[in-house]
Amino acid sequence: MLELTDLKVNYGGVTALRGLSLTVREGETVALLGNNGAGKTTTLSAISGLVRLAGGDIKYQGESVAGEPPPAIVARGLVHVPEGRRIFSTLTVHENLLLGGYLVRDGKELARRLERVYELLPRLAERRGQEGGTLSGGEQQMLAIGRALVAGPKLLMLDEPSMGLAPLVVAAVMEVIHDISAEGTAVLLVEQNARAALEIAQRGYVIENGRCTLEGPAAELSADPRVVEAYLGKV
Amino acid sequence: MSQLIWNGLFVGSFYALVALGYTMVYGIIKLLNFAHGDLYMLGAFTGFAMLGAMGGLVRSSSLVALLVVLVLTMVTTGLGGLVIERVAYRPLRGMPRLSLLITAVGASFALEYGTRIAAGPNPRVYPVRLDGAAVDVLGARVTMQQLVLMAVSAALMVALAVFIGRTQQGRAMRAIALDPKACLLMGINVDAIIARTFFIGSAMAGAAGVMAGGYYGKIDFLMGFIIGLKAFTAAVIGGIGNVPGTMLGALVLGLLESFGTHWVGGEWRDVFAFGFLILFLTVRPTGLLGERVTERV
Repeated sequence: MLELTDLKVNYGGVTALRGLSLTVREGETVALLGNNGAGKTTTLSAISGLVRLAGGDIKYQGESVAGEPPPAIVARGLVHVPEGRRIFSTLTVHENLLLGGYLVRDGKELARRLERVYELLPRLAERRGQEGGTLSGGEQQMLAIGRALVAGPKLLMLDEPSMGLAPLVVAAVMEVIHDISAEGTAVLLVEQNARAALEIAQRGYVIENGRCTLEGPAAELSADPRVVEAYLGKV
Repeated sequence: MSQLIWNGLFVGSFYALVALGYTMVYGIIKLLNFAHGDLYMLGAFTGFAMLGAMGGLVRSSSLVALLVVLVLTMVTTGLGGLVIERVAYRPLRGMPRLSLLITAVGASFALEYGTRIAAGPNPRVYPVRLDGAAVDVLGARVTMQQLVLMAVSAALMVALAVFIGRTQQGRAMRAIALDPKACLLMGINVDAIIARTFFIGSAMAGAAGVMAGGYYGKIDFLMGFIIGLKAFTAAVIGGIGNVPGTMLGALVLGLLESFGTHWVGGEWRDVFAFGFLILFLTVRPTGLLGERVTERV
C-alpha cells in the first residue's frame, strides 16, 4: 500500500537520506531499525510531508503523494505519531483526542471514534478532563497513539513509541500497537528497541546512513548475526 | 467612588477589545504585533468614511447606524489584518523573531502614514456623537450609549471565549500556540488558522476604533499608537498569550487609570499606566493569569 523508492532528503548541506526504498503492504506491521541519525525519523517526516524530497518518490495505493502538504497526507489516512509524543500539554486529554479528529467533519462519527479510543485505552477515559502535561510518560504515549487513531489511519506511523519508558510500560505500549494492527491497520514502526519492535512486526528493515542495508521477515532479522550484534546484544 | 469604578470598567472594556487581538497573535506566533494599534485607528477611519457615505441617514438613529457601521468595519479591518499577515509576516515565518518584530514596526508606520496620505494629517470629527442623557446607577452617572458600547464589547468577548474554548478551530489555535508541527500531523492547516487569528483580532480592534470614534468624537492617524501600547500593557498585566487573563488585565488597567487620575491628576494617566507596565515586567512578567513556565516533560 505504501512504496518508497530511492528517497533522498537533504537538510541544508547534510544528507539525511541517500536513496532509501521500502514497502509496507496492506495490514502489515513493518519495523524500521537503526541507530541514532540513521534516517529513521527523516523517513517518516518525508512520508508525512514535513520535509522536502531531494529525489525519489512516495506512492500510496499506487498514487504518488510526494510533495503533498501534511494535512493532505493525514486526509489520505497516513497518520504519524511523532517522536517525543508531542501532545498538547495544557489541553485536556479529551481536547487532545478531539484535535486528532480535526479533519473529521461529522460530529457523530467523531464521537464514535473517541468512544472507540476510550475503549481501547481505558486509562485515557479515566483522565479525560486532565491536562495532557500531567500524565505519566506511558500515558502520554497512549494519548499520542489515541490521538492518531481518532484521525482514522489506514497506515499508522510510530516514531520511537518506547523512548524513555520503563520496560513494563514498553510492553503495554507494544501490546496496544499489536491490537491496532490486529484490527487491520498497517503499522510502520520506527524503533531503537529492536527486540520489542521485531516481536510485533512481520517484516523489518535496517537503516544505516540514510539507506536500507538489510531487510527481511522479522524472525529472520532477529536471528541474523549482524542484527543481533548491532541492535539486540548477545544473549 | 462608584463613578470611578464605572469609568474604569468602561475604558477597560475598550482596552480589552484591542488587547485581545494583541494577545491572540502573541499566543499563536509569539509576535508582538506593533501594527495592532493601527488597525484600531484604521477601524476608526473606516467607520468615519462609512458614516460620511451614509450621510443624512445617520442623524435620525445614530446608535443603530453606528452598530451597522461597526459590523462592516470589523470585516474591513479583519481583512486588513489578513493582508498584513500575508504580506509582512508569513514570508518571515521560521526567521528570527527580531526580524518579525522589526517588520511589525514597519507595518505600523506603513498604516499610520498611509492613512495620513489618504485622509490627511488633521484630526477628523466623527459625524455621530454618543453623548445623550445620563441615568443614575448606584451613584454613578451612566449614559445609555456607554451601556450599549459595554454590552457590545462584552458580547464580543463572550463570543470569542466560546469560540476559543469550545470549537475545533479555537482548540486548533491553542494547539498551534503549543506545537505547530504536531498540529500539521493532525491535519490542521496551520497557516489558515493563523490567518484566521489575525482576522478575528483585527476585527475586534476595528470595533474598538469605531466605538472610540463615536464616544470621544475626534480621530487622527496616530491615535493607534498609545492605545496599542496600552493594550500591550493590559496584556502584560493579565498574562500575554492568555485570553481570560488579558480581559482581566484590561479591566484592571482601566480601573488603575481611573483611580490614578482621580488621585494624582489627569495629566499623569499615561505615566501611571506605563509605570504599571514596568512594575509588572519586573515583578511578575508572566502576568496575573500568565502561562505556567514549567511543564512536565
